[in-house]
Amino acid sequence: MNKIPEVNYLNASRGIRSWLFTLDHKRIGLLYLFSIMAAFALGGIFAILIRLELLGPGKDIMEARTYNQIFTLHGAVMIFLFIIPSIPAAMGNFILPQMIGAKDVAFPRLNLLSWWIYIFGAVFAVISMSTGSVDTGWTFYTPYSTTTSTSVVAMTLGVFILGFSSIFTGLNFIVTIHKMRAPGQTWFKLPLFVWGLYATAIIQVLATPVLGITVLLLILERVAGIGIFDPAMGGDPVLFQHFFWFYSHPAVYIMILPGMGIISELISAFSQKRIFGYKAIAFSSLAIAFISFLVWGHHMFVSGQSQLASAIFSFLTFLVGIPSGIKIFNWLATLYKGKIRFDTPMLYALSFLFLFTIGGLTGMFLGTLATDVHLHDTYFVVAHFHYVMVGGTVMAFFGGLHYWWPKFWGRMYNELWAKISIAFTFVGFNITFLSQFVLGAKGMPRRYYSYLDKFQPLHDLSSFGSWIMAIGFFIMAVYLIHAVFKGRPAGDNPWGALTFEWETTSPPPKENFIETPTLTHGPYDYDKIVPERTI
Amino acid sequence: MSSGNSNGHPAHLAHHFSDAAQQSESAKIGMWIFLLTEILLFAGLFVAYAVYRSANTEMFYNAHKHLDIHLGTLNTIVLITSSLTMALAIRSIQLNDRKKSIKLLAATFALAAVFLIVKYFEYSHKFDLGQLPGKFYTYTGIEGSNPHIFFSVYFMMTGLHGIHVIAGMIAISWVMRKTIQGKLSSEYYTPMELTGLYWHLVDMIWIFLFPLLYLIG
Amino acid sequence: MSGHSTQENRHIIPARTYIAVGVGLLLLTAVTVGVSFIHLEGWNAIAAVGIASVKALLVALIFMHLLYDKKIFLVIFSTAILFLGIFLALTMFDILSRGEIYPEYEKTIEKNAVMYKKAEPAPAAEPVEDSTSDVQ
Repeated sequence: MNKIPEVNYLNASRGIRSWLFTLDHKRIGLLYLFSIMAAFALGGIFAILIRLELLGPGKDIMEARTYNQIFTLHGAVMIFLFIIPSIPAAMGNFILPQMIGAKDVAFPRLNLLSWWIYIFGAVFAVISMSTGSVDTGWTFYTPYSTTTSTSVVAMTLGVFILGFSSIFTGLNFIVTIHKMRAPGQTWFKLPLFVWGLYATAIIQVLATPVLGITVLLLILERVAGIGIFDPAMGGDPVLFQHFFWFYSHPAVYIMILPGMGIISELISAFSQKRIFGYKAIAFSSLAIAFISFLVWGHHMFVSGQSQLASAIFSFLTFLVGIPSGIKIFNWLATLYKGKIRFDTPMLYALSFLFLFTIGGLTGMFLGTLATDVHLHDTYFVVAHFHYVMVGGTVMAFFGGLHYWWPKFWGRMYNELWAKISIAFTFVGFNITFLSQFVLGAKGMPRRYYSYLDKFQPLHDLSSFGSWIMAIGFFIMAVYLIHAVFKGRPAGDNPWGALTFEWETTSPPPKENFIETPTLTHGPYDYDKIVPERTI
Repeated sequence: MSSGNSNGHPAHLAHHFSDAAQQSESAKIGMWIFLLTEILLFAGLFVAYAVYRSANTEMFYNAHKHLDIHLGTLNTIVLITSSLTMALAIRSIQLNDRKKSIKLLAATFALAAVFLIVKYFEYSHKFDLGQLPGKFYTYTGIEGSNPHIFFSVYFMMTGLHGIHVIAGMIAISWVMRKTIQGKLSSEYYTPMELTGLYWHLVDMIWIFLFPLLYLIG
Repeated sequence: MSGHSTQENRHIIPARTYIAVGVGLLLLTAVTVGVSFIHLEGWNAIAAVGIASVKALLVALIFMHLLYDKKIFLVIFSTAILFLGIFLALTMFDILSRGEIYPEYEKTIEKNAVMYKKAEPAPAAEPVEDSTSDVQ
């Protein structure tokens, strides 16, 4: 029978202050986890409200203006408060130092500061909600965002502040990965999750400052009328889109790359097989990070951008398919002849493979210049990025959450309920968004309050799916919280995985390891060692 | 808890680092990444500059004549000299010459102040003439369409740079205090080194702003 | 002095190197001001940015020790410049090629955007007729 270690980071010190001002990366990771889960719940409520309103054409439960605010909030909360910090700041914070055998991240104070800045930025977002919200969509396109009467300034100021939080996390991780590795932990012995976080961190520090200057210019434009995005004053509103997407396209990879890192861990651990093409997966993360900066113009095919530039951006966009394909095929090759175990985290990983592939391939439709002109700003786009973001990142996030939950708390969740939950989520998700592909292809524009009668059956189907998904997430919340208090002790290595974090106790001691560990095997040496499952 | 502990570690070594070299190099990588974010922050303004200059070549030429090239050159000299004194201050602390280092830091600080004072006179002159950004622009003596765009770009670039100068002055006075208190020496001078890097970047950005704004040929 | 004791990579550069670089920077400032008074058509901008780049490089390599320090710092700095270049190049490519296929794309949006016109036109007393004066 497993036991919870008597001294661990959870009981090392007590009181609310020991959490709010902690310098321990594990506690900061959990602070982030609680915050982003709150944001996820909030954004989820907005999503349900959107789907309720769209049950029928015309007014169902809210006015058009309210609807505009709700979908803006759904986007802004989910992107800036949930998905960008989700995997890096919550799970990366907890797991990264353990994976490389370090006591902490390089700059613990900066780490805590980044969480406080996140909370501070979130407060501004909430202020914008209470002072009438924003109705521009999360993209804040000018000139509408500079003329609408809603509180754009509070929201964009929140985004500006959240950017610092993201930069600090990225900066911290880069330095940590460079300088804090345990003896023997060379670059090519790093777990692939670390490579994913590294590529993510590079994008965070390179792209986020541009978001900062973009929203700063937007605020100046609104408050001081500097006129650089205002066509009536000789400004160019399309320039705003260049600025915005120079950040926001790479930001899409801030969201997906750490998720891909988690998938590499899960696929290898639950196939009990060495990951296929380690270096290819590692370098494809860096390649995605680099290419992500060359393709932003594909969001602007119908914006008045030069057609020549559009054609070039379209071509460059297809390059993203190469490293993404490399990853997918390497994961499939890892599965081949593996001793596959269908534990919950693995189910999430397999869902990821299936859903992300759909999301990725439909992205090709949208990256093609000619098809995009037809599909631009329709539900096809909505379905595409939900397949990538929810089917990809969120699936990976929950896969990681289930995988490391016993490491966080030392206790297991209920496996049966976990499987019931993912069944609901998976089915609900596909009902919700497959129908949106069809809607989009038929010409239903995104962000519309009302629609033609002929679209109603598909809209209703989509709304129905969103309820099933919500049930799945609700079940998950219940059994995960239950596990924290009542779950059976999980032991140090419940999954029989080889990465460094499983060498320490669950939950780990305050400085992660009793003494500085030395690497004796690679993270995927399943052909040499068969680690025992403690559960 | 935080820094400095019993088992023979120097006071400036935090618990989670194994030695001082690891710590100082981590700090420097961190600083360089921070500088990278600063460069990309200014990148937005450089792009805006390029876009509007290419679209309004004539107007930019006409408008730039209203900037005072003498004051601009003076400020360039001031900032380059301050960068030199900063570099020499770090050299002095490397040689453990604390007194000289403090003097050079004070000189750097003073030069930064001179830069801001000159900038203040330039700004107030423009305020008087109504050569202001965007909708506040009231001046009428510049030919070409939308001359307020030039001043929007001018004020954003120099304004953001000015904020960085102020931040630099705060950082310089902070390391000066540390040096006076005797906390920095040839053994440990990371804070001064990082401040120096930051200050040089501020100088470097001005090196570009000066010809782009004052010297449109 | 204990050589390479605590602060790693302690390369102390002679004071005269710093001063030489400082003087060099001031001279280049004089050159760039001088050049700006000579009319060289498009070359003025190139000369200005070129001289500024040389100055910036001097600051980075000597004052910021990139020449002597670990290469990782140089890599980080170059990365910043590279991505600034990408941002600038791709955005400018769009701006400069807007008229290549459909000439009407080149017009500033202002002229066609009646809906965006503010009630009170900004500075000019009479509505600005010619907003396409800025070809190229």
